[in-house]
Amino acid sequence: MLLFLGKRLLQLLPTLFFVSLIIFSLQQLLPGDPALAMAGEERDPAVLEQIRRQYRLDQPLYVQYVYWVGGVLSGNLGESMRLKEPVLTLITQKFPVTLQLALMAIVISLLIGVSAGVVSAVKKDTPIDYAVNLVALWGISTPNFWLGILLIFLFAVHLGWLPASGYVGPLEDFWLSLKTTILPAFVLGNSFAAVLMRHTRSAMLQAMSSDYVRTARAKGLAERKVVLKHAMRNALTPVVTLGALELGTLLSGAVLTEQVFSIPGFGKLIVDSVFNRDYAVVQGVTLVTATTYILLNLLADIAYVLINPRLRS
Amino acid sequence: MARLVSIALLAGMLLASAPVAAQTTLRVGLAEDPDVLDPTLARTYVGRIVFASLCDKLFDIDDQLNIVPQLALSHATSEDGKTVTIKLRQGVKFHDGTAMDATAVKASLERHMSMQGSFRRPELAAVDKVEVVDAATVLLQLKTPFSPLIAQLADRAGMILSAKAIGEEGDKFGLKPICAGPFKFVERVQQDRIVLEKFADYWNAQNVHIDRVIFRPIVESTVRLANLKSGSLDLIERALATDLKEIKADPKLKLATQIEIGYQGLTLNLANGEAGKNGPFGKDPRVRLALEAAIDRKALSEVVFNGEYLPGNQWVSPKSAYYQQKFPVPGRDVAKAKKLLAEAGVATPVSVDFMVPNNPESRQAAEVIQAMAQEAGFDLKIRVTEFATSLNEAEQGRFQAYFIGWSGRVDPDGNSYIFFKCKAPQNNGHFCSKDVDQWLDDARQVNKLEERKAIYEKVADKYLKEGSIIYLYHRLVIIAHSNKLEGYQQLPDGLVRVVGVKLKP
Amino acid sequence: MAVSEALTLELAEESPGARAWRRLIKRKGAVVGLGIIVVFVGVAIFAPLFAPYDPIQQSWSTIRKPPSLQHWFGTDESGRDLFSRVIFGARASLLAGIVSISIALGLGVPVGLLAGYAGRWVDALISRITDAMLACPFLILAIALAAFLGPSLENAMIAIGVTATPIFVRLTRGQVLAVKVEDYVEAARAVGNPPTRIAYKHILPNILPALIVQATISVATAIIAEASLSFLGLGQQPPAPSWGSMLNTAQRFLTNAPWMAIWPGLAIFLIVLSFNMVGDGLRDALDPKER
Repeated sequence: MLLFLGKRLLQLLPTLFFVSLIIFSLQQLLPGDPALAMAGEERDPAVLEQIRRQYRLDQPLYVQYVYWVGGVLSGNLGESMRLKEPVLTLITQKFPVTLQLALMAIVISLLIGVSAGVVSAVKKDTPIDYAVNLVALWGISTPNFWLGILLIFLFAVHLGWLPASGYVGPLEDFWLSLKTTILPAFVLGNSFAAVLMRHTRSAMLQAMSSDYVRTARAKGLAERKVVLKHAMRNALTPVVTLGALELGTLLSGAVLTEQVFSIPGFGKLIVDSVFNRDYAVVQGVTLVTATTYILLNLLADIAYVLINPRLRS
Repeated sequence: MARLVSIALLAGMLLASAPVAAQTTLRVGLAEDPDVLDPTLARTYVGRIVFASLCDKLFDIDDQLNIVPQLALSHATSEDGKTVTIKLRQGVKFHDGTAMDATAVKASLERHMSMQGSFRRPELAAVDKVEVVDAATVLLQLKTPFSPLIAQLADRAGMILSAKAIGEEGDKFGLKPICAGPFKFVERVQQDRIVLEKFADYWNAQNVHIDRVIFRPIVESTVRLANLKSGSLDLIERALATDLKEIKADPKLKLATQIEIGYQGLTLNLANGEAGKNGPFGKDPRVRLALEAAIDRKALSEVVFNGEYLPGNQWVSPKSAYYQQKFPVPGRDVAKAKKLLAEAGVATPVSVDFMVPNNPESRQAAEVIQAMAQEAGFDLKIRVTEFATSLNEAEQGRFQAYFIGWSGRVDPDGNSYIFFKCKAPQNNGHFCSKDVDQWLDDARQVNKLEERKAIYEKVADKYLKEGSIIYLYHRLVIIAHSNKLEGYQQLPDGLVRVVGVKLKP
Repeated sequence: MAVSEALTLELAEESPGARAWRRLIKRKGAVVGLGIIVVFVGVAIFAPLFAPYDPIQQSWSTIRKPPSLQHWFGTDESGRDLFSRVIFGARASLLAGIVSISIALGLGVPVGLLAGYAGRWVDALISRITDAMLACPFLILAIALAAFLGPSLENAMIAIGVTATPIFVRLTRGQVLAVKVEDYVEAARAVGNPPTRIAYKHILPNILPALIVQATISVATAIIAEASLSFLGLGQQPPAPSWGSMLNTAQRFLTNAPWMAIWPGLAIFLIVLSFNMVGDGLRDALDPKER
């Protein structure tokens, strides 16, 4: 076990190195002069030069990279050119927001996806199976920015049940927080619900036809007990890894969802920073996102091994 | 027993301290998140909207674009135009309690002029020295006469900041700005909200009837409007022209509109890089005239903006006092366009690399222009470009036509000088004429409207025929607000002024 | 001949492809999905025959008209016929989906084969880079690439294809690792086949099913990715129609002209749903454990 853990941690380092390379070259790819982008309507050449010098934009790439990595290792992720705030501050402000959305999305998709998958597996090849399949597939087939806009119009404008946009933190006002995040979380989560449904279904089917379940059935245990106890436990193990992997997709989906619902989270911050050429922010946020994702994957792998002892060898 | 007593006392205190009157909060929806809240470093239009409530300026404008007093009471320019005397209002306090006097004004102006990274420097480039005459009078010594100066002082360059704060915070001032406006800064959560609170010692406090202002940036205009309709916001800026019908039909909403002081137009590449020099517009000015003749400005406004935007052909709108009546907005004339192209001897269709910033209204307008120009023999190849990239492309000359506007400045010099002068920073089309340069400088030296207008007439005569910008229309500043908001007036600069406004519960 | 023998003979004669096909068409969902895809592809290819109007022809007197006999889907903000635009938009979306995943397959499968078969430090290097790419949010990579290459449909396809490559690298590698130890591979190696031959002639055909399933599902994701990029303005350029940019424009007119939003949204939904259903069907059909 320790060996496994040690090996995985060792793999982490080169991965993180490549992540940093990808992230850094990401915004070098972006055409356009960040000083110009930052200047907006103002165009004084002397000021632009000074900005370039201040943010080391006139230095060769490897120099900039070294400064950035050095900063990261000492806890300084740089400063946003546009907002003049330290990137770390922006991250600590916004990460919890997207995290809240993502967690709610996962809960919603677990509720919808797993139950749909179970029902679909138990009632395989019946009309219920097809109906549930269709509804779940609907989730991954609709562009989430589109769904978001439609839902805003239905629930906020026509019915007036929920606020159209904006975000309130759970510590400020719990119920209002729930009201502002339920729609974006649903939009974010419905594609994962579909993925979960599929995997739960196939895992359940596998488990239901596996030897030990057949044995349990042969022993005469009630059908429901058999299903719930044995099959589901086995079916849930891939869900753990899936959840960790899905976080990456959720963060991608958050980009557009936060845009549509005006949620001040990570996704919105990244998109705005890409379009504003705010390099430091793009680098810092992507680094944090990627690292979180990698760590979560590691945790998921460990959990998977722990839950399923057969894999340890 | 003691516990019960203390609980009862606490409950009693809470009940007693329950607010008698609820706080009035004005919730404003902005179209973007403002950049840094430091008037010296700020550079977005939307940031100005926040400043209108946070930082007072030496002067302000009225709906006719006349200069009116704000922190300063009067201004007087010497005969030779090189000395400007400004008399300040008495009894003005900054948000931190310190008093505003001539020394503080001098400190702010010098910061705008010389701080590293200051975007106000070119605006105050004509100022040589700022002198304190007495506690209520400031003297500006200019290098050369500069008539647009007062208009600059009615914008960010004239915003006076707390001397104590700029001394202590330096370039971090924007994180906790301290000025002399009707509201003081409470907090900012990036991309979420900016919260301001009423400043009790404001010089005009008796006219401020709102307790708090909260600005929320909401980029999607449909969502912004949805928020207004559902009551989550009280006022939104930049509602879409195509939403006007819906807003007018809603009894809970009211509109406040004005034609902007800026413009939207086509910037043509006359000589910037290869694309310009060898491009369709670089060789014969008749091609430029042909393109203009092919466009129906009125139909453009009708189709894309429900007729709400005002067709224009100069760098100031037809409503401006500086508009040259001698050159009215031309109508469409496809035959003339074809004739001009034939005379210029260019092969049709004329291929044009048409760069369009990525927003829905620009895209649609570009498509309509493309269709119009096609009938005259132009093939405008639309290239939707991200805004930040387009700025770079424009500067480097990698375009032949660029659909871009300008938010506008109070003084006509602000809409022309940096676009027309040879090698000026915003002159992406690289138009260059020694005569026009001379006239633009002349117009800065003179103060009277009639004299300046006469000079600008010469500029117009030349520029409207050969210049790199074809002006198309002037947008309507569209502010939509709840009918609970009373007394709101809209000025052409698009800013939201909260003084004098009442919010019914 | 005994019945069992006859049955065995018959079953043995069916090729794996035919068997998969037989199983696939048993699943009604997959059949419906396949049908819809065929219809869309046909419509896209023969768009000029199906579209009653020129999709970019503006008509300023018929702006934002609701569906009628002259315009079955209504008109858009510049008076263009929506039905024709949806039909021509199919080309952009289908191309985007298919071409981008072809790029991902073309790049990802060889790299995955290399990683899985070569092993050791080659595998380690490729795996770490793949992990790194998968760790960055997909849409951000795509936006950055598309912005770099310049906004156009072709560049959007390249951007999506490149960002989808790591998925196929990882999948191929995983499959290769599983199959590498099978007897037929050992046998091929024993006979002295060069590694590339083994990889392409022996390993690849056996991991094809998993790749096909993933590819089908990835096409669905790619179509949505193209819509997302167009929504942000980085895809198909105006005035050429694309469902994503049509949705972007329709946002502003949701209350004035909701039909502008319904049809492109519905079209994306149907085509993506179909690809998902076919992918599901393929997965079930190619699953060796099913009868």
